[in-house]
Formats: sequence, structure tokens, C-alpha cells
Amino acid sequence: MTEFAFRPREWWQRLVAPIDPTLLALLALLLGYALLVLASASPERLNNQFINLAVALVVMRVASQMPPQRLMHLALPLYLFGVLLLVAVALFGDVSKGAKRWLNLGFMRIQPSEIMKIAMPLMLAWYFQKHEAMLRLRDWAAAALILLLPVALIARQPDLGTAILVFAAGFFVIFLAGLSWKVMALLFVGGLASLPFAWTLLRDYQRHRILTLIDPESDPLGKGFHIIQSTIAVGSGGILGKGWGNGTQTHLEFIPERHTDFIFAVLSEEFGLLGNTFLLVLYALLIGRGLMIAANAPTLFSRLLAGSVTLIFFTYAFVNMGMVSGILPVVGVPLPFVSYGGTALVTLFLGVGILMSIHKHRMLVQK
Amino acid sequence: MRPAEFRNPEQELDRFQRRLAVAGGFVLFAFFLLFARFFWLQVVQHEHYQTRAEDNRISLVPIVPNRGVIVDRDGVVLARNYSAYTLEITPSRVADLEAVINELAGIIDIQPKDRKRFRKLLEESKNFESLPIRTRLSDEEVARFIAQRFRFPGVEIKARLFRQYPQGDLASHAMGYIGRVNDRDLEKIGEHEQDNNYRGTEHFGKTGLEQKYEFELHGQTGFEEVEVDAGGRAVRVLSRTAPVSGNNLTLTLDVKLQRVIERAFGKRRGALVAIEPSTGGILALVSMPGYDPNLFVDGINPQDWEFLNTSEDKPMVNRALNGAYPPGSTFKPFMALAALEIGKRTPQQTISDPGFFNFGGHTFRDDKKGGHGLVDMYKSIVHSCDTYYYMLANDMGIDHISGFMRQLGLGQRTGIDIEGESEGVLPSQEWKRKRFRKPEQQKWYAGETVSIGIGQGYNAYTPIQLAQATAALASGGVMYRPHLVKHIENINTGERTLIEPQPLRTLPLKPANVEFIRQAMIGVNKEGTGARAFAGAEYVSAGKTGTAQVYSLKGEKYLEGKVKERLRDHALFIAFAPAEQPRIALAVLVENGGFGAQSAAPIARQVLDYYLLGKLPKDAAPEDEEVGEDD
Repeated sequence: MTEFAFRPREWWQRLVAPIDPTLLALLALLLGYALLVLASASPERLNNQFINLAVALVVMRVASQMPPQRLMHLALPLYLFGVLLLVAVALFGDVSKGAKRWLNLGFMRIQPSEIMKIAMPLMLAWYFQKHEAMLRLRDWAAAALILLLPVALIARQPDLGTAILVFAAGFFVIFLAGLSWKVMALLFVGGLASLPFAWTLLRDYQRHRILTLIDPESDPLGKGFHIIQSTIAVGSGGILGKGWGNGTQTHLEFIPERHTDFIFAVLSEEFGLLGNTFLLVLYALLIGRGLMIAANAPTLFSRLLAGSVTLIFFTYAFVNMGMVSGILPVVGVPLPFVSYGGTALVTLFLGVGILMSIHKHRMLVQK
Repeated sequence: MRPAEFRNPEQELDRFQRRLAVAGGFVLFAFFLLFARFFWLQVVQHEHYQTRAEDNRISLVPIVPNRGVIVDRDGVVLARNYSAYTLEITPSRVADLEAVINELAGIIDIQPKDRKRFRKLLEESKNFESLPIRTRLSDEEVARFIAQRFRFPGVEIKARLFRQYPQGDLASHAMGYIGRVNDRDLEKIGEHEQDNNYRGTEHFGKTGLEQKYEFELHGQTGFEEVEVDAGGRAVRVLSRTAPVSGNNLTLTLDVKLQRVIERAFGKRRGALVAIEPSTGGILALVSMPGYDPNLFVDGINPQDWEFLNTSEDKPMVNRALNGAYPPGSTFKPFMALAALEIGKRTPQQTISDPGFFNFGGHTFRDDKKGGHGLVDMYKSIVHSCDTYYYMLANDMGIDHISGFMRQLGLGQRTGIDIEGESEGVLPSQEWKRKRFRKPEQQKWYAGETVSIGIGQGYNAYTPIQLAQATAALASGGVMYRPHLVKHIENINTGERTLIEPQPLRTLPLKPANVEFIRQAMIGVNKEGTGARAFAGAEYVSAGKTGTAQVYSLKGEKYLEGKVKERLRDHALFIAFAPAEQPRIALAVLVENGGFGAQSAAPIARQVLDYYLLGKLPKDAAPEDEEVGEDD
């Protein structure tokens, strides 16, 4: 039993203690920038986004205090729970917009694929930590199975965007764990060779998206509309942009989903190449900081986890910006930390929290 | 945990960090790719995308100009515009058109034909246009809709200009009508390089003056530069170029005269063209029956269209320009003039008329049994003696006849300012060669010339050609191109473009010969076939009756009562007055009217009475009386 005393300073220090100031500073810049863009794209959503952010920060704070060992214990149950939910979705999921992605629990609807974005790197990092000593082909194959089972379930929903992110998260762990270059080259060639087969597995709308990427003008009012309009927004921004609130593509509603997946088009139109470069630099620094944390992490588990989580941020950013600027097909991937929406924000900040925890606990194990 | 001996932490860490470095390198490379893409779009291609963004944003909305007004010579309005409320739907803003229309039908009367028309418009329209579902809303309907407007996003009430022909079917064949722009019209617009000027224009002149003067009447389309959003909604107006109204037309036509004539025709079919001989200006252009051009303005409904096109009376045919009829005896003054000019006859030469003329074993009958006895040229015209002209035609030969008649404009388009004129037939050896295929049909037989002399045979002229020839006679040989428009007025500058009454040509006629024919035609109305119709006239007029055979009866005597109405002869009359200083020349044709003296001449009398004296007929009903003298 401790005596209660009013010591706000101490409380504050305790509250912020696990928070990495470098990461936080970068995030603050990024979030400030994001809110500025959102204030132009969809000012009426600012309040909601503040609430989302508050929730995400709480999640981050909780995660940052959780030692990696605890996370490791969570890995397997969380993964199994996730897979179970994915199976449940496949069996009893709610269909919306032609995709089965949601599970109705009666009081709320959840999207289990979102859990996998964190559960996947946790699980694989845990797996490699367990098999640290000798990695035989069998172990790699098992890792591949761990990776591909949920990815396949998610891709079947269909939700290509999330499938790509979950796959990337897992793949980064396997890559960082040291999968031999030879095998990777082999897989790469094999993957290329099976592309025609993969094509037949894609849904019509997915094929359409890829085709419209190659030639968006073939269907300027239909599927190509998003790509064409967002590319016009980016291109017309020029070097300095049209200025905050002056994006015509944005404000005359030529950009679809301008507050979520296509918010980068707004940023790009209003702040131009300069604004884009600033965003790229912020992401690069954020990723750099994350990779540094990974490099200094004490255990294989924390290293792999930190590296993978960091590289997921990269995947989000690259896929989203590539899609909006018309070099990647349209998949549902938000711009990390910038797009409006609570779910993605919570997942991302959970990742940041994990990074902070790994950073904070870098010395503890060695003691 | 695994046994420690298998672990090589240093090596593990080293490998991990190398992998991390590769990943970091990949991240930088990918970001560089993105940067390159941004550079390409935002610097290299910036101008292209800038233009496309502007094209997205700015829409040129055409402002359709007021169509020119058409008035008669005294300023009586024949065609004007009025503003009316229309209920319009912008299809791109409405998810379920059918449902919205059904709902609208609950507060505004929407007929199946409105739906049909809307569907048709929808097929032809561009994406962002708003299309009328109902035109001419009543004030009450407007109020009802406005009260419930909030229920109908994408539906609005607009004030649009409509064409209106306040005189209804009066002079309909001269006016023509406008209708919705179709593909053929678009081609024409393209030929005139007016595509831009017609953006937003929905109507186009289809026939008559509306068609001929389309590009005068249309005006300059104005434009509003509007900022639009992706849904096509106008956000604000950036700039505006006002439209310039179309030019007004002032006609040579006299609406009051036209009305007198159309009333005189009553239910009879036929045509009348009245020309001012000193200018070629058309005073009246009548083709009966007419139609109401207002029916066409916002799309004619199928029943009306069906009726107009299948009616036995053929109301859509402009008989004055398209109907080619044998001139019958109205041909005789021209034949006589030709004979005088060529020198084949002198006025004094007489022939003896036994009531027939034999040629090549065929008997050509005169209408008067037993003949007219001794006939000179004057008498041949006044009493319309056929035998005189059988002989004359035979003496002159077809080449002389066709040569002379061609100068009078017969068998050629007059060039009146309305499209679709017929040529008619001026029979000649050349015409026959062209007309027929078989060699034996291509040859001209001398016997065929004989009936040409009395305006039968292959002769076929349009009423306007006859009127033009009569006007030429009245003016002593000065030929004008008949025209309906007196001047075109630019209402913005007040500038008037006169349609100059330049003579086409002046025929080298001897004044004495013309004078003789004039006197003979005065004789017709004084003491000849037109005397009855012109009894008691307070002016001196010149005229000539005519009857054109519709159906040749072999051997039987033509008895009007026995022949079906549609097979009866056409009645014709040509006239000009006052005889010495003609102010009006005309040609009348009454289809299946029987003798010219009987039904055509009285109409001419009414026309001249009104035009010269301002006298209106006592009652509009036409009188059908027996006429003693034949025609």
C-alpha cells in the first residue's frame, strides 16, 4: 500500500517515460501535417480524427510499456485467435460491397484481418526466436505456411490491400531472419512464372484494377476514373502546389475517397512536389529510426518484430503513394498516419508502441 | 531455449544488420522511385495535368440566343418566342430515373408521351445536360413543384424560350417550322462551320422560311464559364459572354391578304401565289390545306404526325411550290404572246373553228360543241378557243414553244427563298430524251405538240411558276426572283439588309405585243370566261381562266357530277390588276375545282377586291354557281 500524494510532475514523467522522444517528435510532425491536409480535404472530420488519435495514443502508450517477453507470450494465442476469426469470417462473415470482411459479434462488427497485421510479425518473430539455433528447410517451410494461410484467407475475402500488408509484414520477418538469397531468387522466378495462374485466381474487379492501371484512359468514367483524377491532382499540383484549400480537384470532388485512401492526392495537389518531398523525408526518418531500434534490439524476437513493424510503415506508404500517383493498382491501403480512419491509426500506433517498448527494453535483457 | 553451443550471436547479429541495411537501401530506392514519379508528374508533365485539371473544373455553358422574330410587311408577327417553365431532370444527378419520374408524376401531370419523348432525349443527350420531362408548366404546377422541391435533387424548373406561331396554320407553308436538331441538321451545322455556335441549341428550322433563314434567325450563342464539380453541378460563374439575338425577318407577305385567301379557299385544296410585279415580292403564298406549325415545336405527338402524313388532303405538301399541274387554258396568253413575238400570227389573223382539229388521224376537240366560228387572237383568249391553239401549236412546233416558255421561267425553279421547290415539266424534245429510256418513247411526235398548245399534254408547272410568268406579263417582261423576305434586320445594330428586288432578266418583248395580250386578258374579265366572276369590279383587271384535266375520259362527255370528286378537273386562274399599272399578279389553282371560271376566278376576285380596295368578302363561304360560258 502506498500513500497517495499529489505529484503531477512525477506522474507526467511516469506517463511519458516509455515514450521514445525521437519517434514521438517525428510522429508529431507527421500528424500535424496530416491534420493540416485533412482540414482541407474534409474539415468536418477533424473532430472525429482527434478522437481516433486519442484512442491510438492510448494504445501506443499501453503497448510501449509492455515488455517484449510479454509480447512474445501473446504471439501464438493472438495468431491462432486471428486465424480462427478469419475462418469464422469465411464461414459466417457479413458481406458488404461484394466482400466478406466483417464479423458481426452482435454488439459490434470487427475486421479480423486487421489483427493479422500485428499478429503475423509477432507470430513469425516468435517462431524464429524459438527455432533460433538451427533453421532447416522444414522450419522455413513451416514459416511459409504460417505466413500464407492467413494471407490466403484474407485475399479470398477479397481484400487485396490487407492481404498485401499482412504478407509484407510476414515476409519482412522471414527476410530479416535470413532466408537465403538463392531461395528468394527461386521464389521470385517461380512467382513470376505463376503470374498467369495467379491471374486466373483474381476476381474480376481486381483484374480490372490492374488493367486500368496499365491503361486508365480505356475506361475514363468507370474504373479508370480514380487513377486518372488522382494523377491529374498530383500533376496539376506542380512544384509548390496550389496552396492549402485551393486544390480544385479536391474541392470540386474529382478525387474520390479524398479523406481516406486518396488523401495523398489532396496533399500533393495543394503542397506540390515540395510537400511530397517533405512527406517522403518524414517517412524516411521514421523508418530510419525504426530500423535503428531494430538494429539495437537485444533478442532475435525483438529485432525481427521491430524490423518488420517498421517495414510495414514503409509498405503502407509506398503502396498508397504509388497507387495515388498511378504506378500501382488501386488497393485499399491508407496513407499511414495521414488517412482518416480509426482502425488503421490504432494498428499503426500499436506498431509504434511496440517499437518504443523494444527500444525501452533494449538494455533490460542484457542486465 | 536452445542449447547455447549452437548459437553464434555475433554472426547472427551481423547477418541481421546486413539484412536490415538491405531493407533500408530498398526503402530509399523505393522512395526515390516515388520521387521520380512525382517529379515526372509535377514538373515534366505539369502543364498537361494543369490543363486537364482546368478542363475538369471549367465548363462552358452555352446561352442560347433568342431566335429572330418573323413579321409580315406591316409588322404583324408570324413567329416569335415566349418563355415558359419546363421541368427538367439532370440524369447524372439522379440515381433511379424511373422512380423519380414516377414520383414527379404524383404532383405534376406527366403523360406517357412526355416519358417517351424524355427517353428519346436521354438517348441523344450528353452527360451533364438537363433534359425536359414536361414543358409549358402552368403557374399552379410550378408552385406545386417548388413546394416539394427538396424531395427531388437533380430536378429543377427552368425558364426556356419556345417558338410560337401566333397565326396558327396561316401561311404555314411559307413559315415552315422548327423541330429538335437531328443528325441531318448537325451535318448542315457542320457544313456552315457553326458547330460551336449551336452548342446548346435544341431547335433547327426544318422547312419553309425557318429552314431557309436558319442561320440568320439563330443568332450568336453566348457562353458562361462556370466552375463545376465532378457531378457537373455549377459552383460559380467565372465569366459570361452575352448571346446575340438572331436577326428578324420582315416579309413581303401580307398576312391580312393571306387570311382573306385562306378563308376564300375554305375546305378546298389548292394553291395561290400573289406577287408584286414590280419587285417579285410575294404578297401571299397559300397552299391548302395547311397545318399548325406550333405542333412541331416541342416534338409533334405521334397521332398528329400520323394524321398529317396519311391524310388524303396531304396537308404537308406545299402545293404552291411542289405541286406541278398542267396550266390548262391559262397557258393560252403565253402561247399567243409567243406567236406574236415569233411572228407566227398577227392579232388580226383569223381561223375558222369547227369545234375540232384533226391531226394525224386524231381528233382534238374544242370544249364548245360546234366550235367558236371565226376566231382571231383576241377572241381566242377571251373565249378560250382550243382549236385556235391546236393549230397555233402545230404551226409553231415544240422547239419554238419550249424556247419561249423557258424565258418565262416555266419548267424551272424560280429560286424562291424556300427549299424544296419542284421543277415542273416544260415539254421539249430534249426533255423527252432525258425523261424516257426506250428509244421509241424518247422521240417527240408532232401530234404531242397539239395538246401542248392548250396547256395540256406533258405541260406541268408549279403555281409559283405560273404566278411568276403572270407577273412578268404584268410588268412587260421584267422577271424577278420571287421572294418572301423583304429585309433582314439586325436588332442589335438596327441594320437592315434589304433583299434587293433586282430583276433576273428583262425579256425582249415588243411593248405592242404585251399590250395586246393585256387587252385580251382584260377582255377575259370583262366579256369572256372571267366576266361573271369580275362583274361589277371597280378596277380594271386582266385574267385568264384554265382547267387542267386530271383524268382523261375516252369517248364519254365530261360530266362534272358523274366524276368522282378527286378525279374532277383542276380549276386555274391567272390575273393581274390594275391592268395598266399592275400592283399584284397571281395564279390560283383549286384542286378538282372543275372549271376555272367557276371556282378559281371568284377567289381571284376576292383577292383583288381586298388588295386593291380593302374590301372584305361579305361572307367567307365560297359560292358555287353554274357558269354559262365554257372555259
